Amino acid sequence: MNVERLDDRAAPPLGGFNLTFLAIEIRRLVRNRRTLLITIVVPVILFELFRVNRRLAAASSSEFGPAFTMVGIAVYGSMLAASAGGARVAIERALGWSRQLRLTPLRPVAYIAIKLVTAMLLGLVSVIVVFALGANGGVDLPIGTWLAIGLLAWLTSLVFAALGLFLGYLLPSENALQAIGPLVGVLSLVGGLFVPLSFMPDVVQQIAPFTPTYGVVEIARFPLVGGSFDVLWLVNVVGWTAAFGVLAALLFRRDTRRT
Amino acid sequence: MPAIAAVELRGVHRTFGSVRAVDGIDLRLELGEIAALLGPNGAGKTTTIDMILGLGAPDAGSVRVLGMHPRDAISRGLVAAVLQTGGLLKDITVRETVRLTASLYGEAQPVDEVLERAGILAIANRLVGACSGGEQQRLRFALALLPDPALMALDEPTAGMDVEGRRDFWTAIRHDAERGRTVLFATHYLEEADAYADRIILLREGRIVADGTAAEVRSLSAGRSVRANLAGADQANLSKLPGVRSVELRGDRVLIQTTDSDAVARYLLTATAARDVEVVTQNLEDAFLALTGDDPAPDPAVTPAGRVG
Repeated sequence: MNVERLDDRAAPPLGGFNLTFLAIEIRRLVRNRRTLLITIVVPVILFELFRVNRRLAAASSSEFGPAFTMVGIAVYGSMLAASAGGARVAIERALGWSRQLRLTPLRPVAYIAIKLVTAMLLGLVSVIVVFALGANGGVDLPIGTWLAIGLLAWLTSLVFAALGLFLGYLLPSENALQAIGPLVGVLSLVGGLFVPLSFMPDVVQQIAPFTPTYGVVEIARFPLVGGSFDVLWLVNVVGWTAAFGVLAALLFRRDTRRT
Repeated sequence: MPAIAAVELRGVHRTFGSVRAVDGIDLRLELGEIAALLGPNGAGKTTTIDMILGLGAPDAGSVRVLGMHPRDAISRGLVAAVLQTGGLLKDITVRETVRLTASLYGEAQPVDEVLERAGILAIANRLVGACSGGEQQRLRFALALLPDPALMALDEPTAGMDVEGRRDFWTAIRHDAERGRTVLFATHYLEEADAYADRIILLREGRIVADGTAAEVRSLSAGRSVRANLAGADQANLSKLPGVRSVELRGDRVLIQTTDSDAVARYLLTATAARDVEVVTQNLEDAFLALTGDDPAPDPAVTPAGRVG
């Protein structure tokens, strides 16, 4: 180490965000059976459930056929996968890995960006799996609609990647992952993911627009359902993403101050 | 312009609740020094190292590393550390861990070279979760070698290592220090501080109670002990000799703690029938116990001149 060169040393570009880091993170996801289970198997089971149970299918399909249900399941899978991906920070905190990373030039914002990207990649896998099932199960849509729905279902999962990060910093270790299943389940029911809100009790219909699932699913269904685009959907998505993001950032700061 | 210091702490305080973990530390480490922070649990060693790494900010006082803020020094890869609390991911291999960490630095040493120097090239493809505690500690050391840091901070670095691992580790550390790297390590192994540090900084209750070479710290705890066989020794008389701090009789054996061992030995050999007279230098452990024991902390003025303040 040549001390004359102290000023030559530079911090890494992009705060340490880089493709090697991303590639190793993706490899970790692939090795983890639990994440694969959440991402792939859960949507498959749901899909089968709706196919077998005719009454449920009749109620949920409305005038748009099985495509309506398929979008719901795609959004659900994307939500679940993205939030589980975000919540993985809880495990890394418990292991002390977050603290080890603080001995490197990695900037916290780059770490969070890596976690968001990997969480959303999981969401994308889930959407693709559900679409494959849909195409196989008789959903017939123009290619442009497929792409639009897929892209929107996936992009809006950013809300849930942020929710996962928030829970990951809020709850200790494995608890974060365990909280996500039931939470996402309840949110998707109330948000009108599987059963159209018009079939729901009045109370639920009134609460629904304020849940973080509502904006996501309305936007994802827009290319299918058509009609007029409600700006409140967008407000819902942006608002919840910002809320979860800010909460995660506040908890992150509390976390680093204590250690 | 004065030379840049590897580490400079000025009036540093840090409190956790009602506990004063660090209670006024001034410390300057020169480039290329190997210094040990020695002290019992709760003396403030880990808190001090954390502040040097920017993991915690002092409540009062300033911390500079290589003339800059600790976090700046870290983001330029000038400082690295091996911490007890630093966790590792269990689901990736040893090599992946090193590759990942290397990718976070602007400039890093080659991965295989670092694995080789830390002695874990042979287990590079093993999952971290399958590695022993000692192997994981070597991996943390490998990660700390990546940026070729100017300052390496180590908190109980050889915990969990076997004898051979410990020896390899210190050989590697000394080799780098010869090339100009500054090393600061916290330890409660007295032998480790004695054998590997150029300088020992003794902490107690968040303050520096002694600071100097191993020999200087040793001498601070009041000199030597003189032992002899002397039947019917007169304890009161021996206690009156100049420099004597305590006289203990164990049968015919007499043990005298003194700051003037020559005077005691001369008296024993010329004025009494004492036989088998021995003069024993206090070891570092005696100094450690004397300076960190339950009695009130010694006056900081006794620390070697020029080190404190």
